[in-house]
Amino acid sequence: MSKSYDAIIIGGGHNGLTCAAYLGRAGRRVLVLERRHLVGGAGVTEELYPGFKYTVCSYVVSLLRPQIIADLELPKYGFELLPLDGTLTPMRNGDHLMRWHDAGETRLELMRHSAADAEAYEHFAMLMYHLGKAVRPMLSMTPPDPTSLAPATLAKLAEIARTFGKRTDYLYDLAKLMTMSSADFVEQWFETPALLGTLASSGIIGTFLGPRSPGSAYVMLHHYMGEIDGEFRAWGLPRGGMGAVSESIASAARAHGAEIRTEAGVERVLVKNGRATGVVLEGGEEIHAKVLVSSLDPKNTFQKLVEPEHLPEDFRTDIDRYKIRGSSGKVNLSLDALPDLTCLRHLSADQRIPYLSGAISISPDIEHLERAYDDAKYGRHSRNPYMDIVIPSLIDPTMAPPGKHVMSLFCAYAPYELAEGTWEDNREAFGDAVIDTLAEFAPNIKDIILHRQVLSPWDMEQQMGLTQGNIFHGELTLEQLFFLRPVAGYADFTTPLRRFYMCGSGCHPGGGIMGAPGQLAAQRIISDTA
Amino acid sequence: MAIGTPLHSRTEPLCHSYDWMQWSGYLSVSSYNDFVQPEYASIRNSAALIDLSPLYKYAVSGADAPALVDRIVTHDAAAMSAGQVVYTPWCDPSGMVRQEGTVFRYEEDRFEIYAAEPAFEWIRRNAVGYQVEVTDRSAEVAMLSLQGPHSRAVLNAATDGAIGGLGFFRCTPTRIAGVDVAVSRTGFTGDLGYEIWIPADEAVSVWDRLMEVGAPWQITPCGLVAMDIARVEAGLILISVDYVSSELAHTDDDLVTPYELGLGWAVKLDRGNFVGRKALRAAKQAGPRRCVVGLEIEWQPLEEAFMAADLMPELPMTVCREPVPVYSDEGRQVGRATSKVWSKLLKKYIALATLDADRAQIGSRVEMEVTVQYRRCRVAATVVDKGFFRPARMRA
Repeated sequence: MSKSYDAIIIGGGHNGLTCAAYLGRAGRRVLVLERRHLVGGAGVTEELYPGFKYTVCSYVVSLLRPQIIADLELPKYGFELLPLDGTLTPMRNGDHLMRWHDAGETRLELMRHSAADAEAYEHFAMLMYHLGKAVRPMLSMTPPDPTSLAPATLAKLAEIARTFGKRTDYLYDLAKLMTMSSADFVEQWFETPALLGTLASSGIIGTFLGPRSPGSAYVMLHHYMGEIDGEFRAWGLPRGGMGAVSESIASAARAHGAEIRTEAGVERVLVKNGRATGVVLEGGEEIHAKVLVSSLDPKNTFQKLVEPEHLPEDFRTDIDRYKIRGSSGKVNLSLDALPDLTCLRHLSADQRIPYLSGAISISPDIEHLERAYDDAKYGRHSRNPYMDIVIPSLIDPTMAPPGKHVMSLFCAYAPYELAEGTWEDNREAFGDAVIDTLAEFAPNIKDIILHRQVLSPWDMEQQMGLTQGNIFHGELTLEQLFFLRPVAGYADFTTPLRRFYMCGSGCHPGGGIMGAPGQLAAQRIISDTA
Repeated sequence: MAIGTPLHSRTEPLCHSYDWMQWSGYLSVSSYNDFVQPEYASIRNSAALIDLSPLYKYAVSGADAPALVDRIVTHDAAAMSAGQVVYTPWCDPSGMVRQEGTVFRYEEDRFEIYAAEPAFEWIRRNAVGYQVEVTDRSAEVAMLSLQGPHSRAVLNAATDGAIGGLGFFRCTPTRIAGVDVAVSRTGFTGDLGYEIWIPADEAVSVWDRLMEVGAPWQITPCGLVAMDIARVEAGLILISVDYVSSELAHTDDDLVTPYELGLGWAVKLDRGNFVGRKALRAAKQAGPRRCVVGLEIEWQPLEEAFMAADLMPELPMTVCREPVPVYSDEGRQVGRATSKVWSKLLKKYIALATLDADRAQIGSRVEMEVTVQYRRCRVAATVVDKGFFRPARMRA
């Protein structure tokens, strides 16, 4: 049976779904094909144990574009972000650093550690506001090709120059953020080890870099340029886990007429005379479409879905060189009670709740992060990993049975390539390292774990189709961002094959649950096929 | 000097923000913490516990109680069954709204009326010649509102399963922690929720019990600022904010009929005489002069207005009650927006507004004033039904 569509989107992750929704909204007949039994890709919620819902991989939202939320009316379909009040950094000496949503409370807390840092923090926040504002328009534009002299491209380049030109002082700071390491950048501002470690840790998320590696400061900016309700650097917890976000986009897509099929993995793209014509599913079914779109990462797309003879040799080389190294793991826990953090022991049970209701960052200093990276450089999981932890059930009671909790732990590092053994052999040892490290700060953790799920980069590759377990579909390093993402000459969502497009995080503006690649790709497709 | 409510000994230590407001002479928590959003989130996601004790509460009992209540309110009180609650306005003889509130028929001849502003004199004066006893119970009754998707579970646990079947806008006596209380399935949030009416001197025991049994469901003490966000989302009007009592109106412009408040459904004309009936019949015939509606401000023009001033959108995360003009799309002022908030839930800038009747149709395009960097701009908005968020669980 060969039904025909205006567009087939390969992969039902949030970008593929966003692309489908915009195409549907423009009146196109769209089919989304998802290999797994549920949509979402790495943005899924799964109830592996009755009553305990894990936001399996991705866990917090900041970068999802407000325009997409408004255009697709996502709240209508269950999208809701719950507030994270702040970030707690436990310290090794039993003290802690807490940064609250409220600036005054944060200032008082920072003063406890360093009066200079308390003042500098507000200037830092102001700088990030201006930088966020400066880069914001780039998140909703297809990158212009700087080698092109086409009038439209020159106009766009001029517009970018104008945006930065308004505030030349911030232009210098932006240049620094693009080139420095996150550690070097924050060390120019602050002195408190726990603050330095926690701020610098934003620079290592999903990237095979350490806090002292140049380029990590951009990754930090990437995590600061998101906004919720007009507020930069705000991160929200999606009610129902990240799966609810993906499902809300899927519902919006369906409301616009898109068809979504799960358990329909694509084996390859059909190509005829340099043109994509359809797909073959695992199982042999052929489906044709006027346009094919891959939301998979660039390596999956071009090394698995498309036979090599259809792609130019230089393009294939560029894709080979595309950096997509997995560096993180994920641990999800079902808990019988709340963790008892040493650093909060001086507070009553009720007083501790607000401290636990934001993010808990195991990043007591930069050295902790850099040593964790050292292990990874030589092919080992970190013995003392960095962790970014949230307890969704504290704010979202739908995630666990009454009185119980779930805990989501993003952990670095876990290199995809191990010097010894396989991830199947090493997975539990990595999980143990995570728990042992957390136990230093929360001694009761082992007593309260009911269930544990450990995902290595290899598991993420096997289960979610993330090549090498890289969460961003390719590292967010400058040589593969903006007009170079994923490869030079193809930053406009097109590919060397006619009628074959890309719409995933391997395109501009990158990963982090932005939805922007999906939207921009849809815009390109709509204008190409008008 | 403002005084504490019967729950003060419990709310005071929890009010870490020291952010109180004065409501009818009582100290009420505006928000327990500086960051209001978790309290608001508890209304929509778990169970929020709100002290609404400063409400005015009047008991009307006796042989003529049904007749008196029926005479005062616009709703058909005489037709209410025992255990039923109605929300209704009551008017002055010219059909203009004095107030709106809830009327409970606990028993055949025992009613209670609850309102945000005093009404004792109005009820008493109308009671002349009726065989009734009218009592002001305001100070002797405390009230806790428990709102949110888990409110039923918490209250069931606190009452040993007694209220699980309580229907929407029904009331019943029950016991919590050995205290005789009344529970109604009512609230000011547009969500699943209950209000618990408690003898003032025993209120603390009920609070303690609810907090204890509610812990597994994340029961959260919640202040009035968070509740205000929820009530705007629910499209619920607030006296002295979205309309003025006819008793306190300075000008004719301030006077409103129930029809103009969107409460025409609560005006039952075809029954015995009640205060304002004749005038209301005429008002219904004539049609409204103005209407309270909902507005949805459009995101793109709003964002553009701020971006043009080189700013990120600065949105009110808590309800802004300062009235701003609303204009027709030809530029003529056609009304005012009185309760405005960015709903984080709906991801929309919403408002309750009073507009000239000819501009108040659903779908009408208007412009609301928004100040951006000291400049008054006008941003496109659409007139919508003011029930912005009314989840199915509210009535389920």
